[in-house]
Amino acid sequence: MMMVFTFAITLTVVVFTVIVTRIIYVMRKSSKPLSKIGSQSVSTLIVLGSGGHTAEMLNLVAVLQKDKFTPRIYIAASTDNMSLQKASALEASLVDERDDGMISKDAQFMQIYRSREVGQSYLTSIWTTLIAIIHALWLMIKIRPQVILCNGPGTCVPLCLTTFFFKVVGIRWSSIFYVESIARVRRLSLSGLLLYKLRIADQFFVQWPQLQREYPRTHYVGCLM
Amino acid sequence: MGDDDDGQSKNVVFVTVGTTCFDALVRAVETPEIKQELLNRGYTDLLIQMGRGSYTPTKCGGEDGGLAVDYFTFSSSIAQHLKSASLVISHAGSGSIFETLRLGKPLIVVVNEDLMDNHQSELAEELAERKHLLYARPQSLHQTISTMNLESLIPYHPGDATPVAKLINKYLGFPDD
Repeated sequence: MMMVFTFAITLTVVVFTVIVTRIIYVMRKSSKPLSKIGSQSVSTLIVLGSGGHTAEMLNLVAVLQKDKFTPRIYIAASTDNMSLQKASALEASLVDERDDGMISKDAQFMQIYRSREVGQSYLTSIWTTLIAIIHALWLMIKIRPQVILCNGPGTCVPLCLTTFFFKVVGIRWSSIFYVESIARVRRLSLSGLLLYKLRIADQFFVQWPQLQREYPRTHYVGCLM
Repeated sequence: MGDDDDGQSKNVVFVTVGTTCFDALVRAVETPEIKQELLNRGYTDLLIQMGRGSYTPTKCGGEDGGLAVDYFTFSSSIAQHLKSASLVISHAGSGSIFETLRLGKPLIVVVNEDLMDNHQSELAEELAERKHLLYARPQSLHQTISTMNLESLIPYHPGDATPVAKLINKYLGFPDD
Protein backbone atom coordinates (compact mmCIF):
# COMPACT_ATOMS: atom_id res chain seq x y z
CA MET A 1 0.00 0.00 0.00
CA MET A 2 2.81 2.32 0.99
CA MET A 3 4.62 1.55 -2.24
CA VAL A 4 1.63 2.35 -4.40
CA PHE A 5 1.27 5.64 -2.56
CA THR A 6 4.95 6.50 -3.04
CA PHE A 7 4.70 5.54 -6.69
CA ALA A 8 1.65 7.76 -7.18
CA ILE A 9 3.39 10.71 -5.58
CA THR A 10 6.56 10.17 -7.61
CA LEU A 11 4.55 9.88 -10.82
CA THR A 12 2.66 13.08 -10.03
CA VAL A 13 5.89 14.93 -9.32
CA VAL A 14 7.49 13.63 -12.52
CA VAL A 15 4.50 14.51 -14.69
CA PHE A 16 4.22 17.93 -13.07
CA THR A 17 7.95 18.58 -13.58
CA VAL A 18 7.77 17.53 -17.23
CA ILE A 19 4.81 19.84 -17.88
CA VAL A 20 6.38 22.79 -16.09
CA THR A 21 9.70 22.23 -17.87
CA ARG A 22 7.90 22.10 -21.20
CA ILE A 23 5.97 25.32 -20.45
CA ILE A 24 9.18 27.11 -19.43
CA TYR A 25 10.94 25.77 -22.54
CA VAL A 26 8.10 27.02 -24.76
CA MET A 27 8.13 30.44 -23.07
CA ARG A 28 11.91 30.81 -23.45
CA LYS A 29 11.92 29.62 -27.04
CA SER A 30 9.01 31.94 -27.84
CA SER A 31 10.94 35.03 -26.83
CA LYS A 32 13.77 34.27 -29.29
CA PRO A 33 13.68 34.93 -33.05
CA LEU A 34 13.00 31.97 -35.31
CA SER A 35 15.75 30.95 -37.67
CA LYS A 36 14.29 28.18 -39.76
CA ILE A 37 11.31 29.74 -41.58
CA GLY A 38 13.59 31.74 -43.85
CA SER A 39 12.11 32.25 -47.27
CA GLN A 40 8.96 30.14 -46.97
CA SER A 41 5.54 31.65 -46.41
CA VAL A 42 3.53 31.48 -43.22
CA SER A 43 -0.20 30.97 -42.72
CA THR A 44 -1.35 34.03 -40.80
CA LEU A 45 -4.33 34.48 -38.53
CA ILE A 46 -5.42 38.10 -38.21
CA VAL A 47 -7.71 38.82 -35.27
CA LEU A 48 -9.94 41.83 -35.84
CA GLY A 49 -11.88 43.76 -33.24
CA SER A 50 -14.41 46.53 -33.40
CA GLY A 51 -13.80 50.04 -34.72
CA GLY A 52 -10.36 51.38 -33.85
CA HIS A 53 -8.82 47.92 -33.35
CA THR A 54 -9.67 46.83 -36.88
CA ALA A 55 -8.39 50.05 -38.47
CA GLU A 56 -5.02 49.65 -36.73
CA MET A 57 -4.72 45.98 -37.62
CA LEU A 58 -5.52 46.59 -41.29
CA ASN A 59 -2.86 49.34 -41.36
CA LEU A 60 -0.39 46.67 -40.31
CA VAL A 61 -1.64 44.07 -42.81
CA ALA A 62 -1.36 46.70 -45.56
CA VAL A 63 2.42 46.92 -45.13
CA LEU A 64 3.16 43.20 -44.71
CA GLN A 65 4.72 41.31 -47.61
CA LYS A 66 1.65 39.49 -48.91
CA ASP A 67 3.61 36.70 -50.59
CA LYS A 68 5.25 35.83 -47.27
CA PHE A 69 2.20 36.09 -45.06
CA THR A 70 -0.13 33.79 -46.90
CA PRO A 71 -2.77 32.44 -46.66
CA ARG A 72 -4.32 35.14 -44.49
CA ILE A 73 -7.24 34.14 -42.30
CA TYR A 74 -9.24 37.02 -40.86
CA ILE A 75 -11.35 36.41 -37.79
CA ALA A 76 -13.87 38.69 -36.07
CA ALA A 77 -16.55 38.39 -33.41
CA SER A 78 -19.86 37.06 -34.74
CA THR A 79 -21.60 40.23 -33.51
CA ASP A 80 -19.26 42.43 -35.54
CA ASN A 81 -20.18 42.63 -39.20
CA MET A 82 -18.13 45.69 -40.14
CA SER A 83 -14.62 44.33 -39.53
CA LEU A 84 -14.70 41.48 -42.03
CA GLN A 85 -16.20 43.83 -44.63
CA LYS A 86 -13.28 46.21 -44.15
CA ALA A 87 -10.80 43.32 -44.35
CA SER A 88 -12.32 42.02 -47.57
CA ALA A 89 -12.21 45.56 -48.99
CA LEU A 90 -8.48 45.62 -48.23
CA GLU A 91 -7.99 42.21 -49.85
CA ALA A 92 -9.99 43.35 -52.89
CA SER A 93 -7.72 46.39 -53.25
CA LEU A 94 -4.70 44.06 -53.26
CA VAL A 95 -6.29 42.12 -56.10
CA ASP A 96 -6.81 45.36 -58.01
CA GLU A 97 -3.11 46.07 -57.70
CA ARG A 98 -2.20 42.66 -59.05
CA ASP A 99 -4.93 43.06 -61.64
CA ASP A 100 -6.02 39.49 -62.12
CA GLY A 101 -9.62 40.29 -61.35
CA MET A 102 -10.58 37.88 -58.55
CA ILE A 103 -10.50 38.16 -54.77
CA SER A 104 -7.45 36.32 -53.63
CA LYS A 105 -7.94 32.74 -52.54
CA ASP A 106 -5.12 33.53 -50.12
CA ALA A 107 -7.67 35.27 -47.92
CA GLN A 108 -10.30 33.59 -45.76
CA PHE A 109 -12.83 35.13 -43.43
CA MET A 110 -14.22 33.58 -40.25
CA GLN A 111 -16.33 34.53 -37.29
CA ILE A 112 -15.85 33.60 -33.66
CA TYR A 113 -18.34 33.42 -30.83
CA ARG A 114 -17.81 36.43 -28.60
CA SER A 115 -16.88 35.72 -25.00
CA ARG A 116 -18.39 38.80 -23.45
CA GLU A 117 -20.62 41.60 -24.65
CA VAL A 118 -20.09 45.08 -23.25
CA GLY A 119 -22.04 45.32 -20.00
CA GLN A 120 -22.77 41.59 -19.69
CA SER A 121 -22.91 40.31 -16.11
CA TYR A 122 -19.92 38.40 -14.76
CA LEU A 123 -21.96 35.34 -13.84
CA THR A 124 -23.28 34.68 -17.35
CA SER A 125 -19.83 35.67 -18.64
CA ILE A 126 -18.36 32.48 -17.17
CA TRP A 127 -20.69 30.36 -19.27
CA THR A 128 -20.28 32.36 -22.49
CA THR A 129 -16.49 32.48 -22.04
CA LEU A 130 -16.46 28.70 -21.78
CA ILE A 131 -18.38 28.41 -25.06
CA ALA A 132 -16.01 30.93 -26.64
CA ILE A 133 -12.97 28.87 -25.57
CA ILE A 134 -14.45 25.68 -27.04
CA HIS A 135 -15.25 27.53 -30.26
CA ALA A 136 -11.72 28.99 -30.35
CA LEU A 137 -10.27 25.50 -29.84
CA TRP A 138 -12.36 24.14 -32.71
CA LEU A 139 -11.37 26.99 -35.06
CA MET A 140 -7.70 26.67 -34.17
CA ILE A 141 -7.72 22.93 -34.83
CA LYS A 142 -9.01 23.76 -38.30
CA ILE A 143 -6.72 26.73 -38.99
CA ARG A 144 -3.47 25.85 -37.17
CA PRO A 145 -1.81 29.15 -38.21
CA GLN A 146 1.96 29.70 -38.02
CA VAL A 147 1.59 33.38 -37.23
CA ILE A 148 -1.06 35.19 -35.19
CA LEU A 149 -1.49 38.93 -35.31
CA CYS A 150 -3.72 40.57 -32.74
CA ASN A 151 -4.17 43.93 -31.07
CA GLY A 152 -6.40 43.61 -28.10
CA PRO A 153 -10.05 42.74 -28.65
CA GLY A 154 -11.27 40.23 -26.04
CA THR A 155 -11.72 37.59 -28.74
CA CYS A 156 -7.94 37.28 -29.13
CA VAL A 157 -7.46 35.86 -25.61
CA PRO A 158 -9.04 32.41 -26.13
CA LEU A 159 -7.34 32.17 -29.55
CA CYS A 160 -3.92 32.95 -28.06
CA LEU A 161 -4.45 30.60 -25.11
CA THR A 162 -5.31 27.80 -27.53
CA THR A 163 -2.21 28.60 -29.59
CA PHE A 164 -0.03 28.45 -26.51
CA PHE A 165 -1.61 25.14 -25.52
CA PHE A 166 -0.81 23.74 -29.00
CA LYS A 167 2.80 24.85 -28.56
CA VAL A 168 3.12 23.17 -25.18
CA VAL A 169 1.53 19.94 -26.38
CA GLY A 170 3.51 20.02 -29.61
CA ILE A 171 0.60 20.15 -32.08
CA ARG A 172 1.79 23.29 -33.83
CA TRP A 173 4.56 25.80 -33.25
CA SER A 174 3.38 29.33 -33.99
CA SER A 175 4.39 32.89 -33.26
CA ILE A 176 2.05 35.36 -31.61
CA PHE A 177 2.56 39.04 -32.36
CA TYR A 178 0.59 41.40 -30.19
CA VAL A 179 0.28 45.13 -30.93
CA GLU A 180 -1.29 47.05 -28.07
CA SER A 181 -3.95 49.47 -29.27
CA ILE A 182 -3.01 53.12 -29.79
CA ALA A 183 -5.68 54.00 -27.22
CA ARG A 184 -3.48 52.51 -24.48
CA VAL A 185 -1.01 55.18 -23.48
CA ARG A 186 -0.21 54.50 -19.83
CA ARG A 187 -1.58 51.06 -19.01
CA LEU A 188 -2.02 47.85 -20.99
CA SER A 189 -5.48 46.56 -21.80
CA LEU A 190 -6.71 43.51 -19.89
CA SER A 191 -6.03 41.27 -22.91
CA GLY A 192 -2.59 42.80 -23.33
CA LEU A 193 -1.69 42.49 -19.67
CA LEU A 194 -2.72 38.83 -19.64
CA LEU A 195 -0.69 37.92 -22.73
CA TYR A 196 2.29 39.93 -21.47
CA LYS A 197 2.35 38.58 -17.93
CA LEU A 198 1.79 34.98 -19.01
CA ARG A 199 4.48 35.44 -21.70
CA ILE A 200 2.10 34.11 -24.31
CA ALA A 201 2.88 36.81 -26.86
CA ASP A 202 6.20 36.11 -28.61
CA GLN A 203 6.64 39.75 -29.52
CA PHE A 204 4.74 42.54 -27.83
CA PHE A 205 4.55 45.96 -29.48
CA VAL A 206 3.37 49.23 -27.92
CA GLN A 207 2.67 52.55 -29.60
CA TRP A 208 3.70 54.94 -26.82
CA PRO A 209 7.17 55.29 -25.23
CA GLN A 210 5.86 55.63 -21.67
CA LEU A 211 4.12 52.26 -22.00
CA GLN A 212 7.37 50.64 -23.10
CA ARG A 213 9.13 52.04 -20.02
CA GLU A 214 6.39 50.56 -17.85
CA TYR A 215 6.60 47.12 -19.49
CA PRO A 216 10.27 46.51 -20.40
CA ARG A 217 9.77 43.36 -22.48
CA THR A 218 7.71 45.29 -25.04
CA HIS A 219 8.97 46.95 -28.23
CA TYR A 220 8.12 50.59 -28.94
CA VAL A 221 7.06 51.02 -32.58
CA GLY A 222 5.46 54.47 -32.74
CA CYS A 223 1.88 55.20 -33.80
CA LEU A 224 0.18 52.98 -36.35
CA MET A 225 -2.54 55.52 -37.05
CA MET B 1 -14.45 76.83 -45.74
CA GLY B 2 -17.53 74.79 -46.63
CA ASP B 3 -19.32 76.97 -49.15
CA ASP B 4 -22.94 76.01 -49.61
CA ASP B 5 -24.45 75.31 -53.02
CA ASP B 6 -26.46 78.52 -52.96
CA GLY B 7 -23.31 80.51 -52.34
CA GLN B 8 -23.97 81.24 -48.68
CA SER B 9 -20.91 80.68 -46.57
CA LYS B 10 -21.44 78.01 -43.93
CA ASN B 11 -19.23 77.40 -40.97
CA VAL B 12 -20.23 74.06 -39.54
CA VAL B 13 -19.49 72.63 -36.11
CA PHE B 14 -19.88 68.86 -36.36
CA VAL B 15 -20.52 66.95 -33.14
CA THR B 16 -20.05 63.16 -33.26
CA VAL B 17 -20.54 60.47 -30.61
CA GLY B 18 -19.86 57.47 -32.90
CA THR B 19 -21.84 54.38 -31.97
CA THR B 20 -21.99 55.36 -28.31
CA CYS B 21 -24.65 56.96 -26.17
CA PHE B 22 -23.37 60.30 -24.94
CA ASP B 23 -26.32 62.47 -23.96
CA ALA B 24 -24.18 64.63 -21.71
CA LEU B 25 -22.28 65.91 -24.75
CA VAL B 26 -25.42 66.47 -26.84
CA ARG B 27 -27.00 68.42 -23.97
CA ALA B 28 -23.82 70.42 -23.44
CA VAL B 29 -23.48 71.64 -27.04
CA GLU B 30 -27.12 72.65 -27.03
CA THR B 31 -26.88 75.00 -24.07
CA PRO B 32 -27.49 78.70 -24.92
CA GLU B 33 -24.03 79.71 -23.62
CA ILE B 34 -22.19 77.33 -25.93
CA LYS B 35 -24.40 78.13 -28.92
CA GLN B 36 -23.81 81.84 -28.32
CA GLU B 37 -20.07 81.33 -27.99
CA LEU B 38 -19.95 79.37 -31.26
CA LEU B 39 -21.94 82.12 -32.97
CA ASN B 40 -19.56 84.77 -31.61
CA ARG B 41 -16.69 82.83 -33.10
CA GLY B 42 -18.27 82.90 -36.55
CA TYR B 43 -19.79 79.44 -36.77
CA THR B 44 -23.19 79.28 -38.48
CA ASP B 45 -24.32 75.65 -38.15
CA LEU B 46 -24.32 73.00 -35.46
CA LEU B 47 -24.72 69.45 -36.79
CA ILE B 48 -25.05 66.70 -34.19
CA GLN B 49 -24.57 62.98 -34.78
CA MET B 50 -26.25 61.66 -31.63
CA GLY B 51 -25.72 57.90 -31.99
CA ARG B 52 -27.59 55.77 -29.48
CA GLY B 53 -28.41 58.67 -27.21
CA SER B 54 -31.95 59.14 -25.95
CA TYR B 55 -31.85 62.91 -25.63
CA THR B 56 -33.02 64.58 -28.84
CA PRO B 57 -31.84 68.11 -29.53
CA THR B 58 -34.18 70.78 -30.90
CA LYS B 59 -33.83 71.52 -34.60
CA CYS B 60 -33.57 75.15 -35.49
CA GLY B 61 -33.26 76.88 -38.87
CA GLY B 62 -31.17 79.79 -37.68
CA GLU B 63 -33.35 82.32 -39.51
CA ASP B 64 -33.36 84.61 -36.48
CA GLY B 65 -29.62 85.07 -36.80
CA GLY B 66 -28.95 82.34 -34.29
CA LEU B 67 -27.01 79.14 -34.81
CA ALA B 68 -28.74 76.62 -37.12
CA VAL B 69 -29.07 73.29 -35.34
CA ASP B 70 -29.62 69.93 -37.01
CA TYR B 71 -29.10 66.33 -35.89
CA PHE B 72 -29.18 62.70 -37.02
CA THR B 73 -28.54 59.36 -35.30
CA PHE B 74 -26.24 57.48 -37.68
CA SER B 75 -24.92 57.98 -41.17
CA SER B 76 -22.70 56.07 -43.54
CA SER B 77 -21.14 59.34 -44.68
CA ILE B 78 -19.54 60.55 -41.44
CA ALA B 79 -16.37 61.15 -43.46
CA GLN B 80 -18.26 63.63 -45.63
CA HIS B 81 -19.57 65.51 -42.59
CA LEU B 82 -16.07 65.64 -41.12
CA LYS B 83 -14.68 66.99 -44.38
CA SER B 84 -17.19 69.82 -44.60
CA ALA B 85 -16.86 70.81 -40.94
CA SER B 86 -14.84 73.79 -39.69
CA LEU B 87 -14.67 72.44 -36.14
CA VAL B 88 -15.25 68.92 -34.86
CA ILE B 89 -16.37 68.08 -31.34
CA SER B 90 -16.03 64.34 -30.81
CA HIS B 91 -16.29 61.57 -28.25
CA ALA B 92 -12.96 60.00 -27.27
CA GLY B 93 -13.04 56.92 -29.55
CA SER B 94 -9.74 56.42 -31.37
CA GLY B 95 -11.49 55.92 -34.73
CA SER B 96 -13.17 59.34 -34.65
CA ILE B 97 -10.07 61.05 -33.27
CA PHE B 98 -7.68 59.84 -35.96
CA GLU B 99 -10.15 60.25 -38.81
CA THR B 100 -10.58 63.91 -37.82
CA LEU B 101 -6.86 64.56 -37.24
CA ARG B 102 -6.00 63.00 -40.58
CA LEU B 103 -8.33 65.49 -42.27
CA GLY B 104 -6.52 68.29 -40.47
CA LYS B 105 -9.68 69.58 -38.80
CA PRO B 106 -9.56 71.38 -35.46
CA LEU B 107 -10.83 68.94 -32.85
CA ILE B 108 -12.19 69.11 -29.33
CA VAL B 109 -12.45 65.69 -27.71
CA VAL B 110 -15.00 65.38 -24.92
CA VAL B 111 -14.52 62.44 -22.57
CA ASN B 112 -17.57 60.49 -21.47
CA GLU B 113 -17.20 60.18 -17.72
CA ASP B 114 -20.13 57.77 -17.49
CA LEU B 115 -18.15 54.98 -19.13
CA MET B 116 -17.07 52.34 -16.64
CA ASP B 117 -13.68 51.53 -18.09
CA ASN B 118 -12.52 54.98 -18.99
CA HIS B 119 -9.22 54.19 -20.61
CA GLN B 120 -10.23 56.36 -23.56
CA SER B 121 -9.25 59.55 -21.74
CA GLU B 122 -5.59 58.37 -21.86
CA LEU B 123 -5.38 58.85 -25.62
CA ALA B 124 -7.19 62.20 -25.66
CA GLU B 125 -5.05 63.53 -22.80
CA GLU B 126 -1.84 62.43 -24.50
CA LEU B 127 -2.79 63.99 -27.85
CA ALA B 128 -3.91 67.16 -26.05
CA GLU B 129 -0.54 67.35 -24.30
CA ARG B 130 1.10 67.15 -27.71
CA LYS B 131 -1.25 69.96 -28.83
CA HIS B 132 -2.92 67.96 -31.61
CA LEU B 133 -6.36 68.53 -30.13
CA LEU B 134 -8.24 70.13 -27.26
CA TYR B 135 -9.53 68.04 -24.42
CA ALA B 136 -12.68 68.72 -22.39
CA ARG B 137 -15.31 67.22 -20.17
CA PRO B 138 -19.00 67.97 -20.80
CA GLN B 139 -19.00 70.47 -17.90
CA SER B 140 -15.85 72.22 -19.08
CA LEU B 141 -16.73 72.37 -22.78
CA HIS B 142 -18.02 75.94 -22.58
CA GLN B 143 -14.80 77.02 -20.89
CA THR B 144 -12.73 75.23 -23.55
CA ILE B 145 -14.63 76.82 -26.44
CA SER B 146 -14.52 80.32 -25.01
CA THR B 147 -10.77 80.21 -24.39
CA MET B 148 -9.67 78.10 -27.37
CA ASN B 149 -7.02 79.24 -29.81
CA LEU B 150 -7.20 76.92 -32.81
CA GLU B 151 -4.09 78.50 -34.29
CA SER B 152 -2.02 76.92 -31.53
CA LEU B 153 -2.93 73.36 -32.54
CA ILE B 154 -0.15 71.33 -34.17
CA PRO B 155 -1.07 69.24 -37.25
CA TYR B 156 -0.91 65.49 -36.67
CA HIS B 157 1.31 63.46 -38.96
CA PRO B 158 -0.17 59.98 -39.33
CA GLY B 159 2.11 57.15 -38.33
CA ASP B 160 2.50 53.86 -40.15
CA ALA B 161 3.05 50.22 -39.37
CA THR B 162 6.36 49.72 -41.18
CA PRO B 163 8.43 49.44 -37.94
CA VAL B 164 6.15 46.62 -36.74
CA ALA B 165 6.37 44.81 -40.07
CA LYS B 166 10.18 45.12 -39.98
CA LEU B 167 10.40 43.62 -36.48
CA ILE B 168 8.04 40.79 -37.41
CA ASN B 169 10.09 40.01 -40.52
CA LYS B 170 13.29 40.04 -38.50
CA TYR B 171 11.81 37.70 -35.92
CA LEU B 172 10.58 35.26 -38.56
CA GLY B 173 13.80 35.47 -40.54
CA PHE B 174 12.21 37.09 -43.60
CA PRO B 175 14.40 39.55 -45.51
CA ASP B 176 13.04 43.10 -45.79
CA ASP B 177 12.60 44.27 -49.32
